[in-house]
Amino acid sequence: MIDPAISPATHKVFTGDSTHHQDSMGEIHEPHNGHHEHHKENFITKYVFSQDHKMIAKQFLITGMFWALVGGLLSVVFRVQLGFPNQAFPILETIFGKWAPGGIISPDFYYMLVTMHGTLLVFFVLTAGLSGTFANLLLPLQIGARDMASPFLNMLSYWFFFMASVVMMASFFLPDGASDVGWTAYPPLSGVKESSPGASAGMDYWLVGMALFIFSSLLGGLNYITTVLNLRTKGMSMAKMPLTVWALLITAVLGLLSFPVLLGAAILLIFDRNIGTSFYLDNIYINGHALPNDGGNAILYQHLFWFLGHPEVYIIILPAFGLVSEVLATNARKPIFGYRAMILSMLAIAVLAFVVWAHHMFVTGLNPFVASVFVFLTLLVAVPSAIKVFNWIATIWQGNIRFTPAMLYAIGFVSMFISGGLTGIFLGNSSIDIVLHDTYFVIAHFHIVMGVSAFFGMFAGVYHWFPKMYGRLMNNTLGYIHFWITMVGAYMIFWPMHYMGLAGVPRRYYSFDAFQSFNMFGGLNQFITLAAMLVFFAQLLFLVNFFFSIFYGRKLKTQNPWESNTIEWTTPINAGHGNWPGELPTVHRWPYDYSKNGEEYIPQTTPLREGETGGH
Amino acid sequence: MTTTVLVVIAIVLFALVIFQLAKTTEFVAILRGEEKTHLESDRINSRLMMVFLILGMIALFWSLDYFMEDMVLHAASVHGEWIDSMFNWTLFFTGIAFLFTQIGLFYFAWKYKHTKGRKALYYPENNKLEMWWTVIPAIVLTALVVIGLYRWFQITGPEPKDSMVVEITGKQFNWMLRYAGKDGVIGANQYEYITEGNGVGIDFNDPASKDDFMPTEMHLVVNKPVLLKIKARDVIHDVGIHWFRVKMDAVPGITTRFWFTPTVTTAEMRKKTGNPDFVYEIACDQLCGTGHFGMKGTIVVETQEEFDKWAATQQPFYDQAIKGTVEEKKFAELSEKLKQAEEAKAASQHH
Ligand code: HEM
Ligand SMILES: [Cu+2]
Ligand SMILES: [Cu+2]
Repeated sequence: MIDPAISPATHKVFTGDSTHHQDSMGEIHEPHNGHHEHHKENFITKYVFSQDHKMIAKQFLITGMFWALVGGLLSVVFRVQLGFPNQAFPILETIFGKWAPGGIISPDFYYMLVTMHGTLLVFFVLTAGLSGTFANLLLPLQIGARDMASPFLNMLSYWFFFMASVVMMASFFLPDGASDVGWTAYPPLSGVKESSPGASAGMDYWLVGMALFIFSSLLGGLNYITTVLNLRTKGMSMAKMPLTVWALLITAVLGLLSFPVLLGAAILLIFDRNIGTSFYLDNIYINGHALPNDGGNAILYQHLFWFLGHPEVYIIILPAFGLVSEVLATNARKPIFGYRAMILSMLAIAVLAFVVWAHHMFVTGLNPFVASVFVFLTLLVAVPSAIKVFNWIATIWQGNIRFTPAMLYAIGFVSMFISGGLTGIFLGNSSIDIVLHDTYFVIAHFHIVMGVSAFFGMFAGVYHWFPKMYGRLMNNTLGYIHFWITMVGAYMIFWPMHYMGLAGVPRRYYSFDAFQSFNMFGGLNQFITLAAMLVFFAQLLFLVNFFFSIFYGRKLKTQNPWESNTIEWTTPINAGHGNWPGELPTVHRWPYDYSKNGEEYIPQTTPLREGETGGH
Repeated sequence: MTTTVLVVIAIVLFALVIFQLAKTTEFVAILRGEEKTHLESDRINSRLMMVFLILGMIALFWSLDYFMEDMVLHAASVHGEWIDSMFNWTLFFTGIAFLFTQIGLFYFAWKYKHTKGRKALYYPENNKLEMWWTVIPAIVLTALVVIGLYRWFQITGPEPKDSMVVEITGKQFNWMLRYAGKDGVIGANQYEYITEGNGVGIDFNDPASKDDFMPTEMHLVVNKPVLLKIKARDVIHDVGIHWFRVKMDAVPGITTRFWFTPTVTTAEMRKKTGNPDFVYEIACDQLCGTGHFGMKGTIVVETQEEFDKWAATQQPFYDQAIKGTVEEKKFAELSEKLKQAEEAKAASQHH
């Protein structure tokens, strides 16, 4: 979280054409007294308890990267068991002690790794790390605000996230280990402490960690929404906002409406576990004795969980939609195709996201008629998703594509999103889902459409906005190598999982030895494990590139390295708290005037030419 | 240990090489000028896009062929064939969409790379085009939904009258089965009666339960519908029988159901697969604890005569495991306790 790249000398660079509109300074939009504040900052207020949205973005990013590293490593460890079942690797015992007796990881440990891998990547990396980073970095910069509506709440949002992280981390060191009941934490497994080693203290830590996480998410989300609605600079109407801002705004709304439901579900679960209520528990006989709980309903939890859980997957992917749209347009040197359709489809996805949750529950004994309604609504989601894909492809058609590492990741994103989105059409049809539910087909689906895609969106974002964050450039060659290994490797890992799923191989199996139906994929599992290790090591290239470039990357010479239209590039390199040293810029046009009338690009701050309209 | 050290050394060396490569290319870039370097990396990456598309497609079709035999397992149940056919139709349409969009994406990425002096086309929208790529997917999806739901209601509808019934109960970490005895009725059960000996809590006060039998292996009759009554006594499990395209959660406190008609006997399957040890397996498909991956059941599908012969050899569970044992006394105690509790409850409601 140290940012040595900030040098006071660069503050003079300021070329936004703000001279025509003195009035923007005096607007109600001032969250605090402007950019002078940073002179009083000391180390603690600048790097630790910072209220500058740009610093908070870096805090989210680096914490997210830490969790990605941990979460990724967990998966490499459990892939060892799947690829080389029952083979002893003494080094595992050296590192993990009692969890890997004789160099073979134990089933308890396996389930703990799987559970924490899912939790950390879904929530701590792809929710907090992704939204936290880019909503913080880009919302004020791209709408022309000096900071978030409430910088203080924004700071709290990070520190709640940090506390959640500490709790999750601590759970690994409990005597019975962290939670091992799956990231979805279905009761009674998660509701009865004796059902599994990780269902004891580990599960309590998990629930507390998640509750803190949800607070963080809500504080952040409220702030993002308020900021976008109230702090847009002069001329920045909603219809002129970059798609990143739209995407992050819609993401925040989704989070705000769905996370409280998960919080409710978690609180009821805490009650069932610790004070003897029976919200989810009924008629349970376990470990030789009957539990007194009576009248609860285990399926209720699943409804509550997926009421968040499905919007959650869009909370993860929408920011990536925004980042990718922006990167594609900028580097294809073309307007994003169908700006309005892109916004409408995101809104449609957001609305539908709330009415499809039961597609995760087709085989729970759900009433078949109710299920049929969810089938219809679920397959409806594919329509706006298809529109987005076609529009991205149309965006690069007839472009003049600059292959920056960010652009490569944006193109890779579209490819992944297609591959993973199409398999959703199989799963959404309840009859077919009978076969595919809880098999490796689902693992393939959601890792490709959500896991890999969202990571690609995040990489596109980091490579693209790194210069804005640190005033330096990342190394391109490393970026290219990183991309190509990751792209090829990710397909090698996840594509063949469809084949296993079709054969009925269930997910969350420690070993396939017991079943003759599932033990024919030994070679494939080994291949996948090796590919996973390769991809994991390729991510170290990214980490090295990132941290090395913070200190030693080539210094940015121009304010706007990608010749982009959006207004974050009108702030000085290494802007201080308050972003623009002078007045806020005024916006005159939409952000996608690339290659218009023979001009390479026309920033949003450029007044309209004779005869032009503000849109396109 | 030495291999580990060697691997670590190899990784470190590899990382150093890449790192040096990265530094050098950066210096070369500075020497040669930014523009030239960018043009070159655009050229290389756009070509790699095409290479990726071509090799990717080859790998895709090769791997499909390679794994075809392992992954496409023809369904051995009536509704399983419907599902497989729906799967194939969905694959057909999504396959077209997949090829169309992936090829477009990578082909454009290759074709429209940055070149000197060329300008991109300013082309912000085309409403007609957007309408088409909204309407066509919508029509295809509607068709898929209609077929899907038609089949869904058949699959989840009431079981045929002549179905046999099997009760299957999940616990950590195995399955317990119960068949009706000669009376053709499965007796009552209740979780209050569960003990180690009476695993599913059979209520022996119910005369219908006296002749129920609890085999370790599920036996089914070929071409005869069977209804599974699915229960769980501790956490959620899931009855997954891939060959029959069956999957249904077992939830404590709730009885779920799934009916189907097996169409291939175990003996036929042994011939078809060339595997003399072939068995139909029940897998638990819902994470239920650390023994989840070993929670297996087995099924034999046979002709009616074979089934009848087998059923005739099955002893009622009551005679075999309860009668005259401590379990009988335990049951009587539990039964008494339950009766008192109910009476107390009734009394408290009356005044
Ligand atoms: C075309 C649109 C999509 C459809 C129709 C669709 C449908 C489905 C269905 C029906 C399931 C449940 C499968 C099962 O458990 O049996 C599922 C699982 C899942 N989907 Fe999608 N999906 C779509 C797109 C997405 C997107 C865009 C994301 C995330 C970015 C996503 C993330 C997930 C996740 C995380 C799961 C699995 C959760 C779990 O069980 O652990 N899906 N999808
Ligand atoms: Cu969903
Ligand atoms: Cu189970």
